[in-house]
Amino acid sequence: MQDLSGDAIVAWLERAAEVMEREKMSLTELDAPIGDSDHGVNMARGFKAVQDKLGGIDRGDVGAMFKAVGMTLLSTVGGASGPLYGTLFLDAGKAAAGLAKLDLAAVTSCLEAGLAGVQRRGKAVVGDKTMVDALVPAVKALEAAKDAPLAEALHRAAEAAREGALATVPLVARKGRASYLGERSVGHKDPGATSSWLLLQCLAETAGA
Amino acid sequence: MKKLINAPENVVDEALAGMALAHEGLLRVSRAPAFVVRADAPVAGKVSVLSGGGSGHEPMHGGFVGRGMLDGACPGAVFTSPTPDQIFEATRAVDGGAGVLHIVKNYTGDIMNFEMAAELARDAGIAVESVVVNDDVAVEDSLYTAGRRGVGTTVLAEKICGGAAEAGRPLAEVAELCRRVNAKGRSMGMALSACTVPHAGKPSFELGPDEMEVGIGIHGEPGRRREKIAPADRIAELLMQPILDDLPFKSGSDVLLFVNGMGGTPLVELYIVYRKAHAIAQERGLRVARNLVGSYITSLEMAGVSITLLELDDEMKRYWDAPVHTAALRWGV
Repeated sequence: MQDLSGDAIVAWLERAAEVMEREKMSLTELDAPIGDSDHGVNMARGFKAVQDKLGGIDRGDVGAMFKAVGMTLLSTVGGASGPLYGTLFLDAGKAAAGLAKLDLAAVTSCLEAGLAGVQRRGKAVVGDKTMVDALVPAVKALEAAKDAPLAEALHRAAEAAREGALATVPLVARKGRASYLGERSVGHKDPGATSSWLLLQCLAETAGA
Repeated sequence: MKKLINAPENVVDEALAGMALAHEGLLRVSRAPAFVVRADAPVAGKVSVLSGGGSGHEPMHGGFVGRGMLDGACPGAVFTSPTPDQIFEATRAVDGGAGVLHIVKNYTGDIMNFEMAAELARDAGIAVESVVVNDDVAVEDSLYTAGRRGVGTTVLAEKICGGAAEAGRPLAEVAELCRRVNAKGRSMGMALSACTVPHAGKPSFELGPDEMEVGIGIHGEPGRRREKIAPADRIAELLMQPILDDLPFKSGSDVLLFVNGMGGTPLVELYIVYRKAHAIAQERGLRVARNLVGSYITSLEMAGVSITLLELDDEMKRYWDAPVHTAALRWGV
């Protein structure tokens, strides 16, 4: 696959909805010791709502698709993840406005724009033990892989996100509910970084990586 | 998990349906999107007070909807903040043309969702002021955290600001009063046991039979530290000390002492804690001019207690005493 078409985006989101449902309890278990035991359930609920929308979605404009996904996540996820994942897709949608398909450069711009939106809303930086710890390395990996085939570049981005999520284990949380635990947040993988990795992993698999 | 539920995903919706039936004439419930408004909303020309947050803290906030307190409340999923569209629709449903005060507890999700909803409301021509409650002294260093959590003072702010709005005060003044209540209120909580979130199916943390969590919030999350269980008097000291140290409560001041159960603690135990907290306040030269004892901001069935101390001025006293008619608080009517 050299470009992500509207059909490919739908396939990605279908896969993401399945994975969020499958990983619902494991994400919630990650959330229990440092948060409030709802991350997996919230993500599964949001992506189920996205899945329900996909049947009637116009696949000709990826930007409009991302916008619809963002609005759906915003109005169904709740918590901090709703505005953050909602903003990720809404801002990615602005970067993809009017595009019928995404090549690697466009995918990279979308993820850059989405990450900027997440950071604007959540004000987190790398090391705060949040989804930003997975997204920043993923964006860097995509930028570095600009001459690679699309699937390969997405594979590297997903791997970087996975490593970023794992690297949150020894950190002290400084944003979100986990931050109230101070040192007691150490030793737990961040649920938001983990769900961001899952999302990128689904994208890489959809592209054939 | 042993709970009186049908299915975890239906908990909030079925509870709202029951609430509507139980309090007909007092409030109205919208279920998609989910929000609760007082029966006569919107009240033309009156400032409206709206709050919201995750479900599982009952009676907060739905139980405080009615005359003299909240005009509306938005319940999210259990322990999950409501969504922007939901908050926006509730804001629109309560606005009587004089604007809406959003009382927001300082949790990342609540902050972001209320912020986005306020933007939507302003775009729709509704005047919105937001006040963030952050009274939890258990959060030690806000430089490295999302700041202090909003806990017990939220209940007091909702009552006092609801009274001011009912008395016809304009939005800017009600918001200013709310900021003052927040600035003068301090809280701290502890837990004897964890709660079980319905969809998680097991307790949020495990406590040994002789352990307690000190410095908990209201979401079943663990606290700042774990200690050996102590007698009620010692626990009251443990909670009162950081509260009194945090705000320079002056000898001779009037205070409101609020002893709150976390959901799984009987009133008999709350009165034991109240007795000691009252004595500690008196030793400091504080006059306990008003009080509230009971389970008002809870964490499902978590056993435990939180104490809130609010330094009162005359205006706060006046609006605290004003008539209130809600499902969970009622006096003067």
